Amino acid sequence: MSTSAETDSGRQRIRAVLRSQEGIVLLLAAAAFVLFSVLLPSFLSPGNLLALVRSVSILGILALGMALVVIARGIDVSMIAVMVVSVSWAFVITRAGYPFELALLIGAGFALLAGIAIGALIAFGEVPPIFATLAAGSVIYGTGRTFFFTLEMQNVPPDTDWFRLIGQGSLFGIPVTIVAFAILCVVVQLVLSRTRFGWTIYAMGNNPNAARITGLPVRPMIVAQYAISALIAYGAGLILASSASAINARLFNSTMIYDILLVVVLGGIGLNGGHGSVRNVVLGTVFVGILLNGMTILNIDYTIQNLVKGVVLLLAIVIDSIVNPRDEQTSQQGDL
Amino acid sequence: MKGGLFGRIALTAAALAAGLSFASAQNKGLENPRSTAFQESLKGKKVVFVPLSMGFDLTEGWAAQMRKQADRLGYSFEIRDPAWSTDAGTKAIQSLISEKPDLMVVHNPDIQSYARLLKQAQAAGIKIVQINLESNTTTDSYVGADWSEIGRKAAEAVAEKCDAGKGVSTKVAIDTGVPTAASDVFQLDGIYKVLDQHPDIQVVSQQATEYNPEKARSIMSTVLQQHPDLCGAIGIWDNQDTGTASAIKEAGKSDQVFLVTSGGGNQVGCENVKNGLFNLYISYNVPLQGDLLNQEIARLLMSDGTAGEVQTLYFNPLTLITKDNVNQRNCWTLDDLK
Repeated sequence: MSTSAETDSGRQRIRAVLRSQEGIVLLLAAAAFVLFSVLLPSFLSPGNLLALVRSVSILGILALGMALVVIARGIDVSMIAVMVVSVSWAFVITRAGYPFELALLIGAGFALLAGIAIGALIAFGEVPPIFATLAAGSVIYGTGRTFFFTLEMQNVPPDTDWFRLIGQGSLFGIPVTIVAFAILCVVVQLVLSRTRFGWTIYAMGNNPNAARITGLPVRPMIVAQYAISALIAYGAGLILASSASAINARLFNSTMIYDILLVVVLGGIGLNGGHGSVRNVVLGTVFVGILLNGMTILNIDYTIQNLVKGVVLLLAIVIDSIVNPRDEQTSQQGDL
Repeated sequence: MKGGLFGRIALTAAALAAGLSFASAQNKGLENPRSTAFQESLKGKKVVFVPLSMGFDLTEGWAAQMRKQADRLGYSFEIRDPAWSTDAGTKAIQSLISEKPDLMVVHNPDIQSYARLLKQAQAAGIKIVQINLESNTTTDSYVGADWSEIGRKAAEAVAEKCDAGKGVSTKVAIDTGVPTAASDVFQLDGIYKVLDQHPDIQVVSQQATEYNPEKARSIMSTVLQQHPDLCGAIGIWDNQDTGTASAIKEAGKSDQVFLVTSGGGNQVGCENVKNGLFNLYISYNVPLQGDLLNQEIARLLMSDGTAGEVQTLYFNPLTLITKDNVNQRNCWTLDDLK
């Protein structure tokens, strides 16, 4: 009796895993991991695994910011613009002769202001997030290029050795970039699961109208979310600049923002909001990391890599819409 | 002030009287009719620059120099900035065809996209100079790097260090930008033409970085994990290879991996040669290209020939910058050119 009950519950668990998108991606990630471990001799080496996680840590950090917004049924496609403009500006200010630390603060202030402005546009102007952030991204980037800096490529200012440690140093053999990602994961997880702020985010994502009617401070919350995602974008930009010794504002024109969405959606955070957690971001990040690392080692052609990424994203979205079907609420609200 | 002016007029009058009385042109020199024509004939002409995008060392450098000459000779100079969008660039050229400027300076995103438009523009009577990135259509002039030559030079330098028995191994990695750009396709051809003559050298990785230094960094760090005995690396552009170099430095292999890259010779690239990140920096020398470009613009604006009548091209010489010759002459900053 007991054994059959156990196998039953086991079977149910397997079925539950297969039915959730998260489970499917987990299986895919495990399959890819095993496949690459067998096919590629030094894939499993500790050095490569660290390089793997590190190469996607910045993506993961950005995805954490995006996840906060997406869970509350928003989206922030202006993150890259905020990131490149605030960091580039900080570097330009430093090269103009101001102290580096002050310049970094000014950069952070700019990111924060941009986030608050975007949030206000969505919360009080009631502009749909996708349009608000899409337009704001262009405005921020255009402002930066017109008033703050002429050259897209900004090297890290000289004589700032401590700054290089952020992206290039390591703590007990683990690159600081990975440590930063891990710490941020813990912080966001605690905020989402243990604080009123986190619960409100889920409530807003589940049913914004109900959240409003029950008296939750929905508008200030929206402003806060976009301010946080902008600050996270700034932090990610600093790490990125530190590790590559430079930042290129042209990232704004790249597919990076879609890569962030890929991580979020792939990990199983539905675009219609209300569910998902840090676990999903980590899963999405690691899966993308395994794919990219494996394809780089296999020396697969650029176009084919993009094709693989595109197909994977498409699959994830299809699975997302099967697993989280459109309901009454989404049909009233529309997606995003 | 006034006294000075009157004094000067009096002096001039005296000089004039003296000149008249001696009736000699000897000490007043000879008017050069060609100078007058040169200084006057370009006034009121219109030149438009369609770059890939403004905002990076190459296009900002050329534009600064072209603007300087336009101010000197009195023709108008405009920039239509498509900001990396081939689509926006196409539209810019289309509208220019109906605006009919006297001359267009075009920077091609790839060899195909603008090819037909450039033909149409020439047929409409607009003279065209292409700068640094070629299209399949040849026009009045092309000024810029010979990308195949850059590829050959880079591959020769790497082969010199990494051929059998010379380096720690014969493994070489190549970081490209975006696979369709003229700089990439022609450069790769040059690289492989040389490497094919060195069968011992193995290319262990050839990956696209999308000109993103962070992507270049993560690719190089993965490659170094897989091939710790990597001997050489060829990067396609200095802007992205800052990241490639970071990864090499971080792995503590700066002395082992010989990194070759190329770019416009901007101070930022030179800094990286000085601090040992780039071992060889092949510069196509933006200030020189700007001068050549200005010469071609003036020549074409003054010529009575029709657009596309005579087609010329000039591949400018390259400067191979290493630690030994990073100096003021080989490196430039935007402020120098303005």
